[in-house]
Amino acid sequence: MIVELGHYALIMALATALLQSVLPLIGARRMDQSLMDFAPAASLACFSLTLFSFFALTVAYVTSDFSVVNVWENSHTLKPMIYKISGVWGNHEGSMLLWILILTFFSALVAVFGGNLPSTLKSNVLAVQAWIVSTFLLFVLLTSNPFARLNPAPIEGRDLNPILQDIGLAIHPPLLYLGYVGFSICFSFAVAALIDGRIDAAWARWVRPWTLAAWTTLTAGIAMGSYWAYYELGWGGWWFWDPVENASFMPWLAGTALLHSALVMEKREALKIWTVLLAIMTFSLSLLGTFLVRSGVLTSVHAFATDPTRGVFILGILVLFIGGAFALFAMRAQTLSHGGIFAPISREGALVLNNLFLTTATATVLVGTLYPLVLEAITGEKISVGPPFFNLTFGPLMIPLLLAVPFGPLLAWKRGDLWAVCQRLYAAAGISLLVALAVIYFSTGAPVLAALGVALGVWLMAGSVTDLLTRAGVGRAKLSVLWPRLKGLPRSAFGTATAHFGVGVMVIGIVAVTAFSTEAVTTLRPGEQTTAGPFALRFEELRPNNGPNYTETQGRLTVLRDGEAISQITPSKRIYTARRMPTTEAGIMTTGASQLYVALGDETADGGTVVRVWWKPWVTFIWIGAVIMSLGGIVSLSDRRLRIGAPSPKRAKTPVPAGETQ
Amino acid sequence: MTRKQKRLAIIGGGVSVIAAAVLLVLFALQEQIVYFHSPSDVVEKQVGSGTRIRLGGLVEDGSVVRGQGSEVAFAVTDTANTVSVRYEGILPDLFREGQGVVVEGAFPQAGAPFVADTVLAKHDETYMPREVADSLKDKGVWQGE
Repeated sequence: MIVELGHYALIMALATALLQSVLPLIGARRMDQSLMDFAPAASLACFSLTLFSFFALTVAYVTSDFSVVNVWENSHTLKPMIYKISGVWGNHEGSMLLWILILTFFSALVAVFGGNLPSTLKSNVLAVQAWIVSTFLLFVLLTSNPFARLNPAPIEGRDLNPILQDIGLAIHPPLLYLGYVGFSICFSFAVAALIDGRIDAAWARWVRPWTLAAWTTLTAGIAMGSYWAYYELGWGGWWFWDPVENASFMPWLAGTALLHSALVMEKREALKIWTVLLAIMTFSLSLLGTFLVRSGVLTSVHAFATDPTRGVFILGILVLFIGGAFALFAMRAQTLSHGGIFAPISREGALVLNNLFLTTATATVLVGTLYPLVLEAITGEKISVGPPFFNLTFGPLMIPLLLAVPFGPLLAWKRGDLWAVCQRLYAAAGISLLVALAVIYFSTGAPVLAALGVALGVWLMAGSVTDLLTRAGVGRAKLSVLWPRLKGLPRSAFGTATAHFGVGVMVIGIVAVTAFSTEAVTTLRPGEQTTAGPFALRFEELRPNNGPNYTETQGRLTVLRDGEAISQITPSKRIYTARRMPTTEAGIMTTGASQLYVALGDETADGGTVVRVWWKPWVTFIWIGAVIMSLGGIVSLSDRRLRIGAPSPKRAKTPVPAGETQ
Repeated sequence: MTRKQKRLAIIGGGVSVIAAAVLLVLFALQEQIVYFHSPSDVVEKQVGSGTRIRLGGLVEDGSVVRGQGSEVAFAVTDTANTVSVRYEGILPDLFREGQGVVVEGAFPQAGAPFVADTVLAKHDETYMPREVADSLKDKGVWQGE
């Protein structure tokens, strides 16, 4: 019964969304307040209905109602409760329902927190958002209904793909979707502004918190996905340049660019047309990602079931929204007035440079991701574009960008003094060089490039600290006033510094694991030893073990340092009973920021076991860096300026904080 | 600087970055891409030794031989032609005889077995690498849906 109610609620949500797509637009044109007031009410109704529908599917999963096809295909009575719940979105239909839930969640947020928006803009934004909601609801109801019944109901389900039976499934997709789908709000704002033909600094001030929120969760979501793949697949890699990873990375890159260009628009009313274009592009890349992942044109763990009609449908949505938005942009962009001018050496100039590099990098990733598909469609030739391509194209673009990061926040708006900024960064540069020398000195035979890479990370970290100290007035003000001045800085300054610091931490992790990790594949019999980094590993035994819905062969290895046992690692090979599917569970020991990573292979004829051992120094810096970046986003979001919303354009010219005056 | 000069500086900088990126992409697309071949392609097209390719097909029944340590030898077939493959390392969980597989590597010299450094199998038991499915369909031996 609840299942039918859930299905019905979804149909009601579609009806509401269709009305919401039309009525507020008419209201905004005619200045009819009652029609415009329909938009927030409809948004909340649509969200509640989708939430109920999602709840109904969750109930079906929790109670193992195998009369629902979707539950039968992806669940099992013996599956632990957390995977029963997270399994709701561990399949195509359920994940699309989550997509829509988050889409309506964001439009409900605009309805609730958009009190200070001009009512025509708010109506237009919510109407555009409702177009997206309607098309995706149609998609789910017509091609991917999660509530389809099965008669007679089977006694037992087919279980969830074992790779997905992990805490990662509970965290990664919701976070990723919050970011991915969150950019829809920026898109709706951009399209609404184009419909209005009017755009100003206040617009950028409304858009920025949404961009920031989406970016923050997307950063965390991608990092979580990376760590999950790292420990679950047993391949020891943290990023594979897999098309599916690129699908989430491209909106992130474009979203990062948007975050920075919206700043220029908010503060200086420049780059208006570009910011609108970027907002459209970012969500277009999210839609493209959804198409790539869900349509089955790519083969990956994310492409659950491939059904050609779904691919065509999403392609239709893609063409409709991207084509429509760009057509509208082409028609209206000229009507947007141009903003203030600035010198190439200035804060604006630095942010333009940031945008230039980030969008170019996005384009190279896009080429690498789509080229195989296009080539196959045209010539029938099958190719794969792997890490070497991206290392050669994306890498060189990132290095100048990262080198420039510390300069940006120190430059003044309008016209900056590069020489003065260089002087402030002497200390940061000195520290980075010292670190580079130390790396070469202490790790014998370290490649010079690795030392320079670590130095780049330190440069970013020291640069962001320099930024905060300079703003507080170090070197110009008395020591006693430094602390109060530092505390008085706007939260957004801390957010910027924190996020840039996080990038530095991540760079160090990436460089360290690329240059210093060691890998060995050996065959060990019980009692035999192998070495990895500063440790020795003694293989003790293989023993059988039973889990709730799997049986496993667990290897037990003792980690020795200088002959003393310090820890145990227990990698295993599991067989999930329902699907008869084997998986590898890596054994990981974390010491400091480094990890010892062990994966089991097959048993050999002579009683040994193939063991693959990685020593990965500082590897956790990669994800810690990403978490710090997200934290920076959260700190920025808590800035008073964003909390109290956008003031009138006149008040937008706030006094320039200390450190920016020059 | 005048307004015009400022604009020129910004546009000039932008164009040079984009030009550099385009050159990098073109270079990388020539050098760094890997073609997919079926065993029949390998026989027909005479893939040169040392050229990295992806080879896909079915693991031939009864062909898997485990050697010393983590060495494995097996044969990849599309039923018309067969190529022997050597690999050292841990095979993916779902690597099985009679199942689809994609290996990446090169022929060290003409006539020698293919040496793979990467073996990709599938993520779940109902999935077949798309390239493999397509090439099996071409050969008329596809048994899936």
